[in-house]
Amino acid sequence: MSLELKNLYDDFRKPDTIKAYAKLIKKEAKKLKNSINIMEVCGGHTHTIMKFGLPQLMPKNVKFIHGPGCPVCVMPKERIDHAYVLAMQKNVILVTLGDMIKVPGSNGNLQDARAKGADVRYVYSPMQCIKIAQENEDKKVIFFAIGFETTTPMTAALVNTVIKKDIKNIFFHINHVTVPEVMVELIDSRDVHVDSYNNQIDAFLGPSHVSVISGASIYDKFPKQYNKPVVVTGFEPVDMMEGIYMILLQVTQNRCENEIQYNRVVSYEGNLTAQKLMEKYFEKVSLFKWRGLGNVPESGLKLKDTYQSLDAEHIYKDILPIDEVEDHKLCICGDILRGIAHPNECTIFGTACKPTSPLGSCMVSSEGACAAYYKYGNLNQNE
Amino acid sequence: MCLSIPSKVVKIHKETNVATVDTMGVKRDASLDLMEENDVQIGDYVLLHIGFIMNKIDEEDALASIETYREILEIMDEEDRQKAILEDDECPNRIKEE
Repeated sequence: MSLELKNLYDDFRKPDTIKAYAKLIKKEAKKLKNSINIMEVCGGHTHTIMKFGLPQLMPKNVKFIHGPGCPVCVMPKERIDHAYVLAMQKNVILVTLGDMIKVPGSNGNLQDARAKGADVRYVYSPMQCIKIAQENEDKKVIFFAIGFETTTPMTAALVNTVIKKDIKNIFFHINHVTVPEVMVELIDSRDVHVDSYNNQIDAFLGPSHVSVISGASIYDKFPKQYNKPVVVTGFEPVDMMEGIYMILLQVTQNRCENEIQYNRVVSYEGNLTAQKLMEKYFEKVSLFKWRGLGNVPESGLKLKDTYQSLDAEHIYKDILPIDEVEDHKLCICGDILRGIAHPNECTIFGTACKPTSPLGSCMVSSEGACAAYYKYGNLNQNE
Repeated sequence: MCLSIPSKVVKIHKETNVATVDTMGVKRDASLDLMEENDVQIGDYVLLHIGFIMNKIDEEDALASIETYREILEIMDEEDRQKAILEDDECPNRIKEE
């Protein structure tokens, strides 16, 4: 058999294969001594889990904890306020990816800024900034960059092009965040006297496309240092069922490893060309505030000082607000992101907080746990 | 946000370092800036993310997965068949053969 494009879609979504894995998982789960909580780190996985109703296919002792892997959801109000202020400047065009439209800051979201006359544009690819800059030579184009490792190299490629082509009117506001650091945050309190914030997580389903770039090697420390099995898993439902099965096999066979289910695109080393480009332009910031989680050490990126002349955060530092902004009091996004609560346990879920008017971060993007629960049904796991 | 789309490379534009890819009938251009020079060829399957090719899809590994799934289904079918025979054997209403 030779591979056709449709195989890459159909064969990884086949209902029969999903059902077959459900049987295998049920059989294997009978051997478990304790029930197991699996965190899918990535919002793309959360979406697949809810869309294909995977919780209903799981035995009672296999549960999901939805992780913080939605870069739109975890963007704190402080950063949105930066975007808002930049957008309101004269002769500035603020460009960002479509997912950012609805994210509420303390003065409203970017759509509100646009309603007040700001030039905010949403693009499919960062490279579209070049055309916008060429068509508006008298204006400053600021790219408000968001995303995990999946999306960081694309911003780096734009920085690279801006420098190579000597484009004078493109600048960057960098909000890229990294996955392994936030995974550590969820299981390690960094305090020798405290065991952990949260002992709920037994194993991780590693993100698909973050790992395409960074390689599976970035998760080595989880089985080694923290005794948590990791299986890097693809986004299709068959991928996920196989990944869950692989985690169960590790537990029942008394193994604790970093494995790759999604081997058709993920390698141990990752995409080295993309990594080199990221390393050339970005460096870690000591703390980055995550919505709902607070400050997480070394979990964010910034442009290196050498490229400060392109850094909007540096250029506009006098006008960008520095005040801390509190999240909504009733919102339990922090607990949801830590895996302590499920969306339907929140008092404002589906009432005051909806995808059309989100109060909390997890309701904002379709990959947020709350938005996925809202769209695909208020499902109680295993009921 | 992190989703990407499997596509097939149909054309490579060396001068701009861009590939034209086909995603189930929809053709679009994607940057090759994140790929090693000459790594991507016409006919390759690739993952597309916000206008960039982020990696190639390994054909052999994809086929191996599909083959594993086929085998699992076969084993399951066989198990179901055996189970049905067994249940049939144990059925009290079954007319015993002389």
